[in-house]
Amino acid sequence: MVGGGVTTAANGVAWAMIASREALVVDGSPEARRYGGDVTRDEDLFRFDDVVVERFGIRALDGFTACVPATGVTGVAGPSGSGKSTVLRLCNRMEVPTSGQVHFRRTDIATFDPLALRRQVGMVFQRPTPFPGTVRDNLLAAVPHAGRSQMDAALRRASLDLTWLERDATALSGGEAQRVCMARTLITEPDVLLLDEPTSALDAETVHAFEDSVTELTRNGLAVLWVSHDLAQLRRVADMVLRIENGRYAGEERFGGVPGHEEG
Amino acid sequence: MDGDVSIAGLATSLALIGVAAAISLWQRLGLERQILWAATRALVQLLLVGAALALVIEPGRPLVWSWLWIVAMVAYAGDVARRRAPEVPGLLWLAILAFGSGAVITLGVLFGFGVMPLEGRTLVPLAGMMVGNSMTATVLVARRMVEEVRDKRDEVEARLALGQPARQAATPYVRAALRSAVTPQIETTKATGLVFLPGAMTGLILAGVPPTQAVLVQAVVMFLVLGAVASTTVVIALGLVRRLFTPDHRLRWLPRPAER
Repeated sequence: MVGGGVTTAANGVAWAMIASREALVVDGSPEARRYGGDVTRDEDLFRFDDVVVERFGIRALDGFTACVPATGVTGVAGPSGSGKSTVLRLCNRMEVPTSGQVHFRRTDIATFDPLALRRQVGMVFQRPTPFPGTVRDNLLAAVPHAGRSQMDAALRRASLDLTWLERDATALSGGEAQRVCMARTLITEPDVLLLDEPTSALDAETVHAFEDSVTELTRNGLAVLWVSHDLAQLRRVADMVLRIENGRYAGEERFGGVPGHEEG
Repeated sequence: MDGDVSIAGLATSLALIGVAAAISLWQRLGLERQILWAATRALVQLLLVGAALALVIEPGRPLVWSWLWIVAMVAYAGDVARRRAPEVPGLLWLAILAFGSGAVITLGVLFGFGVMPLEGRTLVPLAGMMVGNSMTATVLVARRMVEEVRDKRDEVEARLALGQPARQAATPYVRAALRSAVTPQIETTKATGLVFLPGAMTGLILAGVPPTQAVLVQAVVMFLVLGAVASTTVVIALGLVRRLFTPDHRLRWLPRPAER
């Protein structure tokens, strides 16, 4: 079996090659369809039941049905415009289904208070979105009375530290800004993290550092839903990948048995 | 009165329109028809308004006619705002509400505290000044709000995603829009008398009122306008927050303006 870590560049590439060769792909198999279909499991984090999202007469999702397991990193892959981001946005109620249902831990997500839900289910966006002001201001925007130790913890989890606090958040590089956004999300202490192509604006080196810090976070029990158009990346970081095409579930790849990201 | 304009005088002043049209012809701007049309239209509109105003505010006429005039003016202004900023959802009623609130606040102070006598001849022109001068700021704040929130959608949603309520998430953009809409009026207020002589004062002086008296009226009008601009724009900005966000704290999708 493949070595655990799979987070360094070399390992990642090797793993991607092996993964595709070893036919972990179960697209369209009866199991996959069943799993993507109406089988509910206790440990499901999110379940999508025949979800349709329509905007200006265009269907972003067209009967999407799938389950997201409760732990580890779940990737969401598909061509651009396939509805990946919409799936993610349904998970923190930035979007609501036109029809169908989304369940979060077996409860209809529509019944949650959206503001409380969003603190439990944090989101990091494709483009870094630092707010004007210092890094400290950014953290306080998330938790207005955050203490120094709380800030320290959040910064560390995003591979930063307290020396960053007084830096101008809008003058940082893409990778730095994205880590600040990550810290800003983590300071609300979510137990689920939604990542919407978080590395697409970053250079290769930063990408791997970002992947490493997410892997680290999952070790501490954070569940991650990671949207990416980059299947190789998802193979590096995810335990399972949901595929989506034309707004519909299009199979999944499960990397089950991969010793869950134990760094070698 | 000293400032009376005769029909012959009016006709002579049309020569100035001739100057504008001639320049357009000379420089081949192709605007001469528009200039003539604008001048004719303005003249006809003013004559009609003058006749109607004479009916509404002539001494002895019940004040209710003046109030009706103001209601019609506010409704019309709402429609103009909507047409000038079609990309702003539901602006008609919001603008009507804003002009209405502006009128209540500013006219309430002026008449409630007896700054001006409450008569048709004061009520209608002051309300006109208030609505007319807040119009630009109203359209400006509405467009700016929509632009800000649409262009910074990522940032707004990042705030919402942190669990901020819509009102709080919108605050920086409300502030930016309000500042941009109110600042020009502050500048105008500062420059009054130095850079330009404003309309009300000029009109009064032309009509033969002593300048010392005219400037007092103008000061009241300036304060009225500044107060009106601030109150109408804040109603628009806060009202728009409710239109741009859903009750469950999502940012609505805003179509991009089709043509620009």
